[in-house]
Amino acid sequence: MEMKIKKSKGRILFEVINFIIIAFLTISCLVPIINILAYSFSSSQAIIENRVSIIPQDFTLQAYKYVLSNARFWTSMKVTVLRVVFGVIVNVIMIMLVAYPLSKPDHKFHARKYYVAFMLCVMLFSGGMMPTYFIVSKTGLIDTLASLILPGAVPVFSCIVLMNFFRGVPEELEESALLDGANQFQVLSKIYLPISKPSIATVTLFALINHWNSWFDGLIYSNHTENYPMQSYLQTLVTSTSFSLEDMDVDRMLDMMNVNETNMQSAMIFISIIPLMLIYPFLQKYFTTGLTVGSVKG
Amino acid sequence: MSKIKLNRKKRSTDQLFFHGMLFLPVLFLFIYHFLPIPAGILMSFENFQPGKGFFGSKFVGFDNFKKLFLLPDTLPALRNTLIIAIEKIACNIVIPVGFALLLNEVRVKLLKRTVQTVTYLPYFLSWVILSGILIKFLSPGSAATSPGLFNTILLKLGIIKEAVYFLGTNSTFRQTMVVSDVWKNFGYNTIVYLAALTGIDPTLYEASAVDGAGRWKQTVHITIPGIAPFIILMTVLAIGNVLSAGFDQIFNMYNPAVYETGDIIDTLVYRLGLVNKQFSLSAAVGLLKSIVSCILVLTSYKLADKFAGYRVW
Repeated sequence: MEMKIKKSKGRILFEVINFIIIAFLTISCLVPIINILAYSFSSSQAIIENRVSIIPQDFTLQAYKYVLSNARFWTSMKVTVLRVVFGVIVNVIMIMLVAYPLSKPDHKFHARKYYVAFMLCVMLFSGGMMPTYFIVSKTGLIDTLASLILPGAVPVFSCIVLMNFFRGVPEELEESALLDGANQFQVLSKIYLPISKPSIATVTLFALINHWNSWFDGLIYSNHTENYPMQSYLQTLVTSTSFSLEDMDVDRMLDMMNVNETNMQSAMIFISIIPLMLIYPFLQKYFTTGLTVGSVKG
Repeated sequence: MSKIKLNRKKRSTDQLFFHGMLFLPVLFLFIYHFLPIPAGILMSFENFQPGKGFFGSKFVGFDNFKKLFLLPDTLPALRNTLIIAIEKIACNIVIPVGFALLLNEVRVKLLKRTVQTVTYLPYFLSWVILSGILIKFLSPGSAATSPGLFNTILLKLGIIKEAVYFLGTNSTFRQTMVVSDVWKNFGYNTIVYLAALTGIDPTLYEASAVDGAGRWKQTVHITIPGIAPFIILMTVLAIGNVLSAGFDQIFNMYNPAVYETGDIIDTLVYRLGLVNKQFSLSAAVGLLKSIVSCILVLTSYKLADKFAGYRVW
């Protein structure tokens, strides 16, 4: 149905105002980030004189050179890369291991309700920061890569996302495969996994972002700063409130006294954003799938 | 007969297979998520000392809880948590709904898509990164440094006369937390409502247009009722988080000058435990929070099931 009526004056006014509001909100999302980008490419002199807003002044790569020549930056980057690679692999395997059996109805997996009750219990009730810390410590994980991977090995919400997807798979597919003599492992690997690629992509991306962004576990489960992942290292640089079980103020003071503090930190912040920018197109494609945890009865 | 037997055998190997799959995940959840629960309960009722362990430390009954209520930080932390969390819940619903409605009126697809792409960028950045960005952006400047861009703009526009220390002033800290939280999340939250908007039956609009209803009337009588179930669902689910005002955000942006208005339960738990090393007191606060949160979440799930037919499992 084509509308032939001319736009009314009120409608035009609305569209102009609407555009201004949307443009304002959109720009407001970018300005602080562009501001940091501009700082990172500007000379310290320009920053001190308050000449930098959203365009770099006295363009220089000095800050990036400083960050990239810093051994601590590379140590923390190594920890981050390791935790992302192994952490994501562990996460995705665990998610599949949980989602598949729990996607079966009660008559096919008799103990399902007990497992669900257990999951619900750990999801709803948390032991809290200190008890968790002591359990992690008792299992000998302090200052190891495993402390960044094992405590969060099973992301329960992602398990629910994949479980709900598995539930939508037509039962006939499984039944006919079972009649043909397939076992459950074959059903999972030949039927379920291939058709749930988009959902698996979603939970993988979530795991990836989560591991890349985590900072608190690194901060409290590491006694030595060389075990910090990049976000934890960054945290000790950019905020004034951090505290670690080990005294590391000497290092921080040295960093703070650096004349290039603003542009150096900005450069580091921007470097840590780059990988997210690279996977951004994939995020857009897949992450909406994971938006709705749980299901709505028809 | 043999077929039934075979079937039964298959069924039981299936059961074993399922149990086997769940073994490792359940083990990890048991150690790192379940064990801390009884450990936390134990710690709350004893004077826990790491050297003596969970079972060797001295049992003190309700002493930690009594101490807790005498602590001057407890009540302000509870009050700040509730204020910040409730303001965030309200703003994180009203603003994304409004933004979705406005964006829905945009007919140019490319513009719509670009706006979405840009506005949900901050959602994917950690609070460490965003704090690093915002601390500089909102900085009031000092003897050695110039003010950040935000203060510079406000000063140039003549809105303020002198630079405001948004993160270091008690009267502005909470609002800054709420606004920056909305800033981080509104693009992402908008998507939920935009998805809901596309689910509204287009024939409703056509019918009302024939009846002479304008855009405004359509919005009030069709669009808003159409997404109301989602708004209710998101509100109800948010109630479960009312005791979590955003640890990552506040921990990375607060400082002792704003403890009065910015200290929340989670930051208090951190300071008690890891800074002051009052492990049992910290565990007691955590336990109380966990109990109340658990009740709230269960209630919100019940309500969500009742009003929106929403089920998690």
